[in-house]
Amino acid sequence: MDINDLRSLFTVLTFLTFVGIVFWAWSGRRKAAFDEAAMIPFEEDGEESHKSASVATQRR
Amino acid sequence: MEAQSTYNYKVVRQFAIMTVVWGIVGMLVGVVIAAQLIWPNLNFEPWLTYGRLRPLHTNAVIFAFGGSALFASAYYIVQRTCHARLFSDKLAAFTFWGWQLVILAAAITLPLGITTGKEYAELEWPIDILITLVWVAYAVVFFGTILKRKTPHIYVANWFFGAFILAIALLHIVNSAELPVSLWKSYSAYAGVQDAMVEWWYGHNAVGFFLTAGFLGMMYYFVPKQAGRPVYSYRLSVVHFWALIFTYMWAGPHHLEYTALPDWAQSLGMVFSLILLAPSWGGMINGIMTLSGAWGKLRTDPILKFLVTSLSFYGMSTFEGPMMSIKTVNALSHYTEWVIGHVHSGALGWVAMITIGSMYYLIPRLFGRESMYSVKLITVHFWVATIGVVLYIVALWIAGVAEGLMWRASNPDGTLVYSFAEVVKAMYPFYTIRLVGGLMFFGGMLIMAYNTWKTVAGQKPVEALIPAAVHA
Ligand code: HEM
Ligand code: HEM
Repeated sequence: MDINDLRSLFTVLTFLTFVGIVFWAWSGRRKAAFDEAAMIPFEEDGEESHKSASVATQRR
Repeated sequence: MEAQSTYNYKVVRQFAIMTVVWGIVGMLVGVVIAAQLIWPNLNFEPWLTYGRLRPLHTNAVIFAFGGSALFASAYYIVQRTCHARLFSDKLAAFTFWGWQLVILAAAITLPLGITTGKEYAELEWPIDILITLVWVAYAVVFFGTILKRKTPHIYVANWFFGAFILAIALLHIVNSAELPVSLWKSYSAYAGVQDAMVEWWYGHNAVGFFLTAGFLGMMYYFVPKQAGRPVYSYRLSVVHFWALIFTYMWAGPHHLEYTALPDWAQSLGMVFSLILLAPSWGGMINGIMTLSGAWGKLRTDPILKFLVTSLSFYGMSTFEGPMMSIKTVNALSHYTEWVIGHVHSGALGWVAMITIGSMYYLIPRLFGRESMYSVKLITVHFWVATIGVVLYIVALWIAGVAEGLMWRASNPDGTLVYSFAEVVKAMYPFYTIRLVGGLMFFGGMLIMAYNTWKTVAGQKPVEALIPAAVHA
């Protein structure tokens, strides 16, 4: 096994990691947490009154 | 603990104002060099020649204008989405003054002809060291703020800013490895084709992380805020992020096609460039679709117009880029005006437009106002800028393709049909249209400066309160 096998292995592993991330992101378990995170910019301090209070909450 | 209950808006204000100032300076130099290409008599030796002003233009627009915008928005967004004041006010102030010093040093040394000769990394080693110090402080302030956050999640915009900060640190340190021989002269630690590959690994990732990732951070905050709706798909934004991270680092060789770089490396760069289309467009669609259900706002809100138009140009330049990286296309486009057109469709259309939109959102809020002094002037700015970009890039597309075709045209006996000077001559009309487009974009910046002045003059700076209770 020479260094090039390790390089190939590394490429394959990074690719699998990415595929793993995609599955993780689309798994139903993450949905609630993502919905919550998506609303962070709208947790306001009152100081910055956003007149358009009608913020849609349900997104994919 | 009075200081703990507010956000640090001071440093954001400073960087936001300097964004407008450096935008004007950098684009003025752009207009000057565009004019020099038409009227060579405008070269004033030795300090104000094209060769010395061109790097001044690129440094001023990328690092002074773009950089200030990135500091301002990263500091604003990280505080507001972490519900925490910046990790250290002193270090944040150091990044502001340190960065201005870097810019000043660039503005003095480049016209003097002091340069490493590496594109986008021209600044000599003492300035490189200062950049490193400022950047480390930036990272400490940013990640320190993330660590003390009161929100359970790290909002996606911060992921983009964080990747931008880390990647630029890595790129700067590796590409600036150099051997000083005197105070203002150094030699690269690499030689030959290795030097070229390191330089374009740096150069392309400067595009990917400085001119893209950080501005995507702005997109993921300011587009939802201005549209009043959360991002279209949060999970797409997560995949968008990781796809860019895994891909960008490998695309650099597309700047070195048909050079001494080994062929396999060129092909690798091309393949990764083609893959890049997918995440780029995923991000663009995610940004634009955030408006779905609120399309009507686009008609009346010039800030949204800026933001959405910038996304369209992002889509255009990230379609054009992969096409240009295809070897047969690159054989035509390389070294031509087409590349300059592509650069500015990214730089003016994407980077500058999203910055302008974000600053119009930010500036009034930093001075305790609901909106800019004149919304009408924002609309005027939008149209002047948009027409300016379109003139700029369309002229250079035509010029670039014509140039490429003329260079390669040959007679049956193998000699070239056109001499180099004949091709230069054919460029004049297009250079002139580009100058007009550039002047319009520059004019738009002057409108912005006036509007900003009217917005902030006599206004008391504000420090917004940090929300007390956080619901988990
Ligand atoms: C008024 C606006 C502007 C004008 C008139 C302008 C003009 C120019 C000109 C004439 C050149 C040299 C082209 C050549 O060598 O053939 C240039 C290069 C460049 N400009 Fe601009 N520019 C403007 C704004 C910007 C902005 C806002 C950015 C970045 C955010 C930018 C980034 C660059 C870069 C990266 C290059 C080097 C391109 C390369 O080497 O391929 N420019 N610009
Ligand atoms: C998927 C995304 C992209 C790809 C694959 C890509 C690809 C390319 C290619 C093939 C070139 C020409 C290299 C040559 O022939 O010399 C180029 C040049 C350039 N691109 Fe892009 N591009 C992309 C997006 C962008 C964006 C969004 C920006 C700006 C914000 C940008 C800025 C530049 C600059 C500054 C250069 C000129 C570098 C130089 O020669 O000085 N690119 N790009």
